Amino acid sequence: MNKIKSLVITGYGINCERELAAAYELAGAETKIVHLNDVFLGKVNINDYEILNFPGGFSFGDDLGSGKVLANKMKYKRMADGKLFYSAILEFIEAGKFVLGICNGFQFLVKMGLLPNVQHEHLQEVTLTLNDSGKFEDRWVYCRTNPDSVTPFLQGIDKIALPVRHGEGKLIIRDEQITQSIKTGGLNCLSYCDKAGNLTDEYPANPNGSDLNCAGLCDETGQVFGLMPHPEAFLSLYNHPDWARMKRVAPEIADTGEGLKIFRNIVEHLESRR
Amino acid sequence: MINQIQLVLKSGIKDNKAERIIRDAGNYLGITTGKVKATRLFNINYDLPEEQVLEFAQKGLKDSILHDVYINSLFQDETFSSFVLVAKLPGVTDDEGISAQKTLADLFDLDIDVKRQHIFSQDLYLIEAALSKEELEELADKILGNKLINHFEFGAIKPEIIYIPEVRITEHSALEIIDLAVSDAELSAISKERLLSLNLAEMKAIQEYFKIDKVSIMRSKRGICKEITDCELEVIAQTWSEHCKHKEFGALINYRNVATGEERQIDSLFKTYIKGSTDKIISRYEASGNNWLKLVFTDNAGVVQIDEERVFVWKVETHNSPSAIDPYGGAITGILGNNRDPLGTGIGGAQLLFNTNVLCFGPPDYDKPLLPGQLHPRRIFEGVRKGIEDGGNKSGIPTINGAIIFDERYSGKPLVYCGTGGVMPLRYGEKVSWSKDIDAGDLIIMAGGRVGKDGIHGATFSSAEIDENSPQSAVQIGSPITQKLLSDYMQEAVLAGLIKCSTDNGAGGLSSSIGELAQISGGAEVYLERVPLKYANLMPWEIYISESQERMTFVVEEENYPALLKLAEEREVELSRVGKFTDTGYIDVQYDQKPVAYLNMDFLHNGYPRKIMEAVWQKPELSEPEINIDDHNEILLRLMSDWNICSRESVIRQYDHEVKGKTVIKPLMGISGTSPQDAAVMRLDFESWKGIAVSCGISPKYGDIDAYQMSAGAFDEAIRQIISIGGQLPDPENSEMLFWSVNDNFCVPDSLYDPISNPDGKIKLAKLVQMNQALYDMATYYNIPMTSGKDSMKNDFKSGDIKISVPPTILYSMTALIPDIRKTVTSEFKVKGDLIYQIGDTYNELGASEFYKSMGYLGANVPKVNIEKAAAVYKKVMAANQQGLIASSHDISDGGLAVCISECLLGTGLGADIMLNNTELSTEALLYSESHSRFVVSIRSEDKAKFEDLMGNNAFYIGKITDTGELQVTVNGKSVISLEINALQQSWSKTLQEI
Repeated sequence: MNKIKSLVITGYGINCERELAAAYELAGAETKIVHLNDVFLGKVNINDYEILNFPGGFSFGDDLGSGKVLANKMKYKRMADGKLFYSAILEFIEAGKFVLGICNGFQFLVKMGLLPNVQHEHLQEVTLTLNDSGKFEDRWVYCRTNPDSVTPFLQGIDKIALPVRHGEGKLIIRDEQITQSIKTGGLNCLSYCDKAGNLTDEYPANPNGSDLNCAGLCDETGQVFGLMPHPEAFLSLYNHPDWARMKRVAPEIADTGEGLKIFRNIVEHLESRR
Repeated sequence: MINQIQLVLKSGIKDNKAERIIRDAGNYLGITTGKVKATRLFNINYDLPEEQVLEFAQKGLKDSILHDVYINSLFQDETFSSFVLVAKLPGVTDDEGISAQKTLADLFDLDIDVKRQHIFSQDLYLIEAALSKEELEELADKILGNKLINHFEFGAIKPEIIYIPEVRITEHSALEIIDLAVSDAELSAISKERLLSLNLAEMKAIQEYFKIDKVSIMRSKRGICKEITDCELEVIAQTWSEHCKHKEFGALINYRNVATGEERQIDSLFKTYIKGSTDKIISRYEASGNNWLKLVFTDNAGVVQIDEERVFVWKVETHNSPSAIDPYGGAITGILGNNRDPLGTGIGGAQLLFNTNVLCFGPPDYDKPLLPGQLHPRRIFEGVRKGIEDGGNKSGIPTINGAIIFDERYSGKPLVYCGTGGVMPLRYGEKVSWSKDIDAGDLIIMAGGRVGKDGIHGATFSSAEIDENSPQSAVQIGSPITQKLLSDYMQEAVLAGLIKCSTDNGAGGLSSSIGELAQISGGAEVYLERVPLKYANLMPWEIYISESQERMTFVVEEENYPALLKLAEEREVELSRVGKFTDTGYIDVQYDQKPVAYLNMDFLHNGYPRKIMEAVWQKPELSEPEINIDDHNEILLRLMSDWNICSRESVIRQYDHEVKGKTVIKPLMGISGTSPQDAAVMRLDFESWKGIAVSCGISPKYGDIDAYQMSAGAFDEAIRQIISIGGQLPDPENSEMLFWSVNDNFCVPDSLYDPISNPDGKIKLAKLVQMNQALYDMATYYNIPMTSGKDSMKNDFKSGDIKISVPPTILYSMTALIPDIRKTVTSEFKVKGDLIYQIGDTYNELGASEFYKSMGYLGANVPKVNIEKAAAVYKKVMAANQQGLIASSHDISDGGLAVCISECLLGTGLGADIMLNNTELSTEALLYSESHSRFVVSIRSEDKAKFEDLMGNNAFYIGKITDTGELQVTVNGKSVISLEINALQQSWSKTLQEI
């Protein structure tokens, strides 16, 4: 059987493309890293892939707000074939394929209006902005999945430890109506929680003060998924800050990291669908 | 017509920036601002129809959830009475404006030259209190911006506030001719007025060169004036600067030890000790057929071999002077500039793996009056920290290791050490990656940012003391996004075989990069009119020596240029073909086909007179204090909260230390993610378990007693951190490829004797000699080589008669290959019941300890490195780690054993019962002595016999890990410390969090 094909976008200040590609490789997918402009120039066709990924980083230095300039480029700049990248992504989703955005990639999906898109108009319904602390912070947090969520990315995961590394991760939802739709649809698929698994708005377990303690969103189809924490930075046990104690307590503990599960999930989902 | 768009946060959205301003204005300036609103302005100096301005604001700039938009009519609210506008000064990098232009071009499909500034981003702050002009100015310059890079407007609120920072330079004649046939006094005056930092002997050497007949003949043949041009004088000053030629490290030194009567001559510190030690080490590895040292000292960074596929490239630099006057800009250009060193080593294009940074500041609670031009240490600290954060985070390079030292003597000039490691393939095609071949006819290609006046005289400036008149143009502004695009592009181009070799444009700009590369081919021709400029009317010499950032110089074969250019266009990187290499023996610089500089390469690189310097050593008269301590609990709590020991978490959290997903030992680890560590460890890839350990050794305080022991101790500290995490010392007898690689960075005060301006110069130089001697002794004993480094010689801040000089400081940044990162060891205690051992002996060595310092003493008994004994201990620790016997290991340094054990407990929720039995040493020495080459380790109780057998008398049992959450220490059966870990944690955490 042919491997599932995953495309990882880079360029313009994106900087987590290699570990994201490694995540898919380890999960059994065939992965290509491609510069965004090569898609614009028509050298690469996203339709040749089944998963389209926007990694973390500082696209355009986060000028004008995180993910904003990149979102503008996708929405307004035409590709070599005259099409907007944005329309191409809509067709990609229409075809039942999957889109993942991590950190800066999540910020970009939100600012393009692809997440959560409860009103089906692809207009910006939520934003990700400065953490309540006012600081960029790198720290490990716990996240809880929403049992009502339909996204295959998170199947079988209840609680997961992941690193966050952002200055603009606070989710603000435009209004009550959108909040309700998000909750009803289980679109707030990933939330910050304490060690015991209880959702929390307390800093630093909740590192940014997000509405609904939200760490990740998906759309109603579950095909588009974005999150602030970095699952691609927890591919190995040795990424975890407490790995040495964990190993002292359980010497036979597996070398893999919990973040890898998210990538295995989506690859397995696509394989089972064939 | 100028259009102005203002973004204002909607009510109900948290205004972090405003909150911070209110707090800082109150805390640091005593100004009560009342409410503050931070708004963003975009001034558009580009013709756009009204409806497009509106559409651009709505679609391109505004975040519909966060912002209200005001166009050509500022937000009004009668709550506010005053305003401050913070704009960039003309010519200062404005990335946000550039990004807005890109969006504008995308939105309306406009053909805008996006590299020229048409949109200017600014901050407009609205303030409730009706502050005076003086208060607003203070707020602007001390909290909101820096007058060296910002234009401010302030006052009572008004309906229209528009400022466009346009660069206007009147046209000059392209060339100035300077008459050097003048008196010595006039020669010195020329150097001073032009900020050349050339001394009289050097000016006279130039004068002599232009008197030589053959020089006149060659100049006349070339069609250039007989006298020196401004461009030539600037090129020589740049090339001969201390920054570029390291004249003091190359000087002839007469050294005299007053106590012993010993006199000797040192023919270059660099040659004798630094290169001397590495050469000796190389010969030992060569003899055993295992020479992993591939490139040392000659290129931008050293190169050592990892395995059959890869090499490791790494460099540590300093950026002290720029950080003293513009802390943010200085630090960010420091780290970005240092990134370009491994990037431009050999052929170039290394994948950058990590950054390190070591910072020396005045204490944040510094309360002496500030001298003119001196910034408060707290402000330098915050600015530098932010620069390191943006420089690393925005480039996607994790900051994995560092240190911060506080000492009042760094309050004039801070030390900002920036390090970067990267990986290159062993070969690109047929060629080894560290090769640098250049042939006559190869093209000189400049890539990256455009050139402006920024950073002119940076190379010569760093060779001078700072005073209140330091040139503003010495400030450089970094743009991490420009550099990220450039480095991504460069890595692609190198892999495609389009670049023959490369170097970076740092200090000295094109003059330095081309001048150095031209030594390989034997000459170069440069056409300055082809260099893309930020704004018009720069003088040719300014173009040539400008230190505008984010630029690389590529050596390219003619046939590869079209493909290189096409890729550059696709990746939005600007290239210009600024010249070609020759073998004429001359640097031939032209502007519009007229020669502006024509200099013999041999004279340019070797024509400067050698410095001769005097060093005299006189041992200071010191004694030990008499101390009797009643309450060690209080002492330990105080030590934990000391500036030099307290938690760095508030700083570390703001650095991304795990982007790339390869960081295995981060600065903070453990169950709560807050336990401090020794060396950092990073994996090299996702396929193997190979990794690299990174450590730093720096302890300037010991230099107040003994400079040799200070340097040796710092070297030992860097080694023992790597031993602690499970590193293995190198061995020339062993054929296994196991590199260790060190960068040495000396930062010293002016050490050139002058009876009036520097009367203690001879002693300072003697200390520098001793520091070098220790480097040599340590490196050659352990076979751990320097592979690259940098010295910084004039770290003094002067204002009138007052001089603040840094203490002589040496940083050793060390890396070592780790064959299997799964076997590394972290510092925090793991589980209840594990046994605690001290490894290595404690001596009565409290001199310059944190303990003494906290009581206001210096003492006399400085910690001494016992090199043979230390190596024997390390070998046993290595063996224990090979057998997996050690569960936690932390090296003992600042604060001694008591602090070390406390640190092992922080964030673990555990406790410890410690019993020290020793009748030879005082309790104070046992607890706080900072003797080198020691560790606190914990082991499983079932490994006791095995561990004790292996360690013999080098390890002694001192106690057990408990789950009480308390630290109990007895000495000879008597309780001396009884503290809750929470109390230790609080003391440790609060100090830096509170500033």
